[in-house]
Amino acid sequence: MKNKVFRGIPVSPSIAIGKAFIYSPKDITFKKEKKIKSIDEEICKFEKARRKSLKQLRKLKSELKKLPAREPVRLIDVQILFLQDPLFLNSVEKRIRNNKESAMDSIKNFLESLERDFQDIPNSYISERFFDVKDVGDRILKNLGEEKIELDLKGHDNIIVANRLSPTETAQISIDEVGGIVTERGGKTSHIAIIAEALNIPAVVGVNDLLNCVESGDEIIVDGISGIVVIHPDENTKRNFEQKEKEAEKIKQEFLKHKDLPATTIDGYSIDISANIELPIELSNINKYGAKGVGLLRTEFLYLTSEAIPDEKVQYDFYSEIAKICSPDYVIIRTLDLGGDKIFKIKEELNPFLGWRGVRFSLSNEEIFRTQVRAILRASSFGNIRLLIPMVSQVDEMIKIRNIVEEIMEELRREGQSFDKNIEIGAMVEVPSVCLLADQFAKVVDFFSIGTNDLTQYVLAVDRGNQKISGLYDHLDPSVIKLTKMAVEQAHHNNKWVGVCGGISADIVAIPLLVGLEVDELSLPPSFIPQIKNIIRGLSLKESKELLIQAEKKKSATEVREFLNIELLEKFPSLKNIILEVEK
Amino acid sequence: MYEKKTKILNSLGIHARPASLLVKLASQFESKVELEKNNIEVNAKSIMGILMLASEKGQEIIVRAEGNDEEKAVNAIVDLIEKRKFDEE
Repeated sequence: MKNKVFRGIPVSPSIAIGKAFIYSPKDITFKKEKKIKSIDEEICKFEKARRKSLKQLRKLKSELKKLPAREPVRLIDVQILFLQDPLFLNSVEKRIRNNKESAMDSIKNFLESLERDFQDIPNSYISERFFDVKDVGDRILKNLGEEKIELDLKGHDNIIVANRLSPTETAQISIDEVGGIVTERGGKTSHIAIIAEALNIPAVVGVNDLLNCVESGDEIIVDGISGIVVIHPDENTKRNFEQKEKEAEKIKQEFLKHKDLPATTIDGYSIDISANIELPIELSNINKYGAKGVGLLRTEFLYLTSEAIPDEKVQYDFYSEIAKICSPDYVIIRTLDLGGDKIFKIKEELNPFLGWRGVRFSLSNEEIFRTQVRAILRASSFGNIRLLIPMVSQVDEMIKIRNIVEEIMEELRREGQSFDKNIEIGAMVEVPSVCLLADQFAKVVDFFSIGTNDLTQYVLAVDRGNQKISGLYDHLDPSVIKLTKMAVEQAHHNNKWVGVCGGISADIVAIPLLVGLEVDELSLPPSFIPQIKNIIRGLSLKESKELLIQAEKKKSATEVREFLNIELLEKFPSLKNIILEVEK
Repeated sequence: MYEKKTKILNSLGIHARPASLLVKLASQFESKVELEKNNIEVNAKSIMGILMLASEKGQEIIVRAEGNDEEKAVNAIVDLIEKRKFDEE
C-alpha cells in the first residue's frame, strides 16, 4: 500500500527520506544445531567465535571512550572479562567434551544455568548484571552462526526503525552517522530524543504499531518537524517532503544567522531565551544556537546511567563545568525528578504520575537529596546557578526544602567551602494546585518555572502516552492558558520572575500567547531557539496581549490553534511549511 | 598457601565495577587466587564467580592464594577491598 502515514512526537526540526533499517537486537532465535561432527571442531568453532567477539567488544570500547559518559565503557569492560572468564571457558569446553554438545548448545545451556544462579542473588545491582552476560552470550552465538552482527548502520540513507533504543544501544550504532530515527516508544525527554535533537538527526518517537507495517528496505519519510512518518511514499508525496525539507533548511539557516540577536519585540519587550539541557554532549549547543544560559538542566541521566547513586564529586564536577561554560549567564538546575521505582529498582507504581516522585521522593530520602544540593551549592561558586524543585504541590514542601538548603549552607560554612549564599530557589509549576494557590507559593520561592507538559496532563487528566486519548492532549487548551496566566500574574504581583520550560516554549504558534502573558524567560531545546527568537522579534507586546485576550475566549485547543495559525501566517508567510503541518 | 580475612566496606558491595577491578588485579598474579564466603569458594580470576559470591557491605570474606607470589597477591587484594574500598568512596 502506498503512502501509509503514521504520527508520533517530533523531536528534531528536520526531515529525512531513506530506507528503513529495522533494529531489533533482542529476541533473536537461533536455528537448532544438528549432531556434532567432531569435538575438536566444535571447540575450535567456539574459540573462533569467542575471539571474534573479543575483537568486536574492544573496538566498541575504544569508540565508546570518545563519549563523555563513563558508564557504557564499564559495562563493555565487564563483558570483555566474561569472555575471558575461566569458569565460562572451562564449563563450555567440558560440555562439548563430556556431553558431546555442539558449541552453540553448550553456550546456551551454560547461560541457562547461570541465569538460575543469578536469579538467586538478592542484591539487584549484582543480579541485573546477568543481562550483560546475556548480551555477550548472544554476541558469541551470533558470531557462531556466522550472522553479521556489527550491523553497518552508517549511511545517510538509513533510517533506523526500532521499538526503543536504550542508551547503550544508542552508543553502539554510530548514531551521528545515520539518516534518521523512528521509535515506537519514548517521549520528548527520552534519551534517544535528546541525543537526536542534540545531533540534529531527523527523528520521531512514540509512533504506535509501526513495526508491524514496515520491513527493512522499505522506503520511509521521517519528518522531525511535524512528527509524520510515511512508509512507501509515492512520487508526489516524496516531492512534497523534499520541497518542505529544502525550505525548512533555508529558513533554518536564515534564522541561525541572527541567533545572537536578543529576543526583543518591536515595541521593546525582552524575554530571555535559554536552553533545556540534560547530557554533556549538548553543552556545545548552548552557544551554537544562541541560548542565554540554561533554563532547565535535567539531572535524571546522572542517576539513570550509573549503577549506583552518583556521589557528590561526580555531580559537583558536572555542575561546575556547566556553570563555568554559561557564566555570567545562569544555569537552572532541577533536582532529581524520578519515580522512586527508578532509583530503588522496586516495583513500578500503579499511577507513577500521581505518585512518589520529584520533591515527594526527595523529602523522604533526604540523604540522596542532600548530596545533590551540596554538589549544586558547591558548584554555585563557579557561576550563576539557580535551584529548581520539581513536582511541588504543597506550600509546605517549599518551606521544608528551604530549611534543608539553609542547613546545608551552614554545614558548608563550617567546612570553609565557598558557595553562592544568595542562590535563587524556584518551584516547578506543573501541578494545578500551584497555579490556584500561586499567591501563597510566590511568597516562599524566588521564581516559578512553568512545566507545561505535566501541567497539561494534570489539568486535562490525559496521559499523552495513551494512544486512545492522546488527541485530547494539547498545551494550547484554554484551561492551560488560564492556569499559566494565574501563575504569572501572582508571581509578578509578588515581584518574582517566571520562566516557561515545557514543550509550549518551542511551539511557534504558542509564542504570541507567552509574550502576551509577559513571561520573563523561555527555556527550550537548543536547536529550536533561533526560530523562536526570530518570531518574538517580529511581534509586538501590544498585539500579543490582544491575541491572548481573544485566545482566552476560545472553547478548545483546536480553536486556539486555528486562530493563532491564521494570525501568524499573515505576519510570517515564510512559516507556511513549518506551521501548517505542526499538529501540536 | 597464604590467606587473610577481610571485610567489605564499600556501601554497594562487590557489584560489577568492583568485581572487574578485582579480576583484573588477581589476574596480574601467577598464583591461584580464591575468595571464600560462608564456605563457598570461587576463583578470584573469574568475574562470574565473584559476582555470584554476592558480597555485600559488612560481610567477611577470606582471600587465599597459592603459588610463587601468594603473599603479594593476597595483600594487594585485601588492600583493594579494605584501604581503597574499590576507589568508590
